[in-house]
Amino acid sequence: MDKDLNWREFIITRAIKASGYSAIVFVALIFIFLLREGLPTLGEVDLSTLFSVRWYPIEDYFGILPLITGSLIVTLGAALVAIPFGIGTAVYISEIAPRAVREVLKPLVELLGGLPSVVLGFLGILVLSPWLRTTFDLPTGLTAFTGSLLLAAIAVPTIVSVAEDALDTVPRSYREAAWAIGATHWQTIWRVTLPAARSGVMTGIMLGIGRAIGETMAVMMVTGNAPVMAIRPGSLFEPARTMTATIAAEMGEVASGSVHYHTLFFIGIVLFLISLAVNVAASSVIFRSKKRSERILS
Amino acid sequence: MNKLVIENLSLQYADGTESLSNINMDIAKNAITVLFGPAGGGKSTLLRCINRLNDLTDVETMSGRIMMDGEDILNPATDTIALRRKVGMVFARPVVLPMSIRKNLTYGLELAGEKRKSKLEEAVERSLKLAAIWDEVKDRLEEPAIALSGGQQQRICLARSLAQQPEVILLDEPTSGLDPISTGKVEAALQELKKDYTIILVPHSVQQAARTADYAAFFLQGELVEYGNGDELFTNPQEQRTEDYVTGRFG
Repeated sequence: MDKDLNWREFIITRAIKASGYSAIVFVALIFIFLLREGLPTLGEVDLSTLFSVRWYPIEDYFGILPLITGSLIVTLGAALVAIPFGIGTAVYISEIAPRAVREVLKPLVELLGGLPSVVLGFLGILVLSPWLRTTFDLPTGLTAFTGSLLLAAIAVPTIVSVAEDALDTVPRSYREAAWAIGATHWQTIWRVTLPAARSGVMTGIMLGIGRAIGETMAVMMVTGNAPVMAIRPGSLFEPARTMTATIAAEMGEVASGSVHYHTLFFIGIVLFLISLAVNVAASSVIFRSKKRSERILS
Repeated sequence: MNKLVIENLSLQYADGTESLSNINMDIAKNAITVLFGPAGGGKSTLLRCINRLNDLTDVETMSGRIMMDGEDILNPATDTIALRRKVGMVFARPVVLPMSIRKNLTYGLELAGEKRKSKLEEAVERSLKLAAIWDEVKDRLEEPAIALSGGQQQRICLARSLAQQPEVILLDEPTSGLDPISTGKVEAALQELKKDYTIILVPHSVQQAARTADYAAFFLQGELVEYGNGDELFTNPQEQRTEDYVTGRFG
């Protein structure tokens, strides 16, 4: 072979390899940095303080429970709205809509996914929260529920896009087989098409929820940012503050190396662990179903 | 005794290809009627008219009638769901539903509203025996049906349509993906089944057509060229084109 070509081959393979490894290196570095800046908190703040219910850093109250529950309630609310709505939209686009509608709808939904979340947050402040305040007669429209609705709007395009792709790959023959034994359109969708696309639909949900957990801007703009424990049923309609919003709002004003600074990074670690847990749970569900089908097909 | 009477049936798909032109056929009860001919002849299209599965594809125009027990099933007012319970279908590629073997069989009945355990149990055993697969799967009914071999899956599909106790069974090249032993089992099962059912089969080869047919219909380019008694049509065809195809001169 040409010597010149050999060299090029060598350089290109090395370059591709390096960029592949660099992704792992960067993640590892970020994680190490996060641990280095966040773990000192455990020495500086009592665990009983850290897991207390009061977050007021100026007076050394570093209780992160309100932030965790705030994130959870906002995300949970978002999931409750986004999952049925997302799957419903995906089913409509893939199974029910006429071709013309479908070819308009899918790009539109994906366009919605590309909207910067700040824009959604802006709409949330100007339109959604006044509307919620007057409709439900609340003291303020800046509540966890407002954040949930915005997060749902952010998660839905991801869920729809991935789930619709999954539904689309279910062979036509499955549907025909169901029709041929006398299933109605709805029975076919609910009992055959959706179960057959289950792993793809689950992936879509997890990706959508993952986006929602990590979302910062829109949530910070509309949830009211009050670090109170969100554990009562009514909490959904009261202000809350999420972990991401706390980090974003306070990181700019904190003295580097202070206890407050370390605690913000500690929140980052907690957030990281939560999304890791969601991802692991999701992939184990997907992995299990995949392994089963692979075992069967081999 | 005729189960189905097809009168002046013509059908054209949206892409402009004429798929059936002016078909007239009487289909006998308790017999195997074979629709054969080269690809693109309209055999599958005709099958899909009989259980109205064509409703879901791009059919441009359709005219004519298909009378089943004196009622026109092409009438828009026909309840297609009920029709498809009376007219079972087995496809070329076995399509087991993504559930257990037992569920595959009981699914159609449950959709139809059957809840009694004993009825469902009885239907599972009866239909698996009819499809000649009971001995192979009776100990593993809870396993996913997709775990079975292709030949077994196809017989599960046959059993699935039998579980609904249909009156007519449509089979679209049911053995095209099967080995000769499985094919033999399916054909033997069909010979048993015709005592109770009206069977319409699109075979995957002329040989299979000749082996199984009580009545045979030769389709070419959407036209019904010749239709008659199976033995006669294969040994002494009236039409030159039928003879050419049967003897392998084209196709």
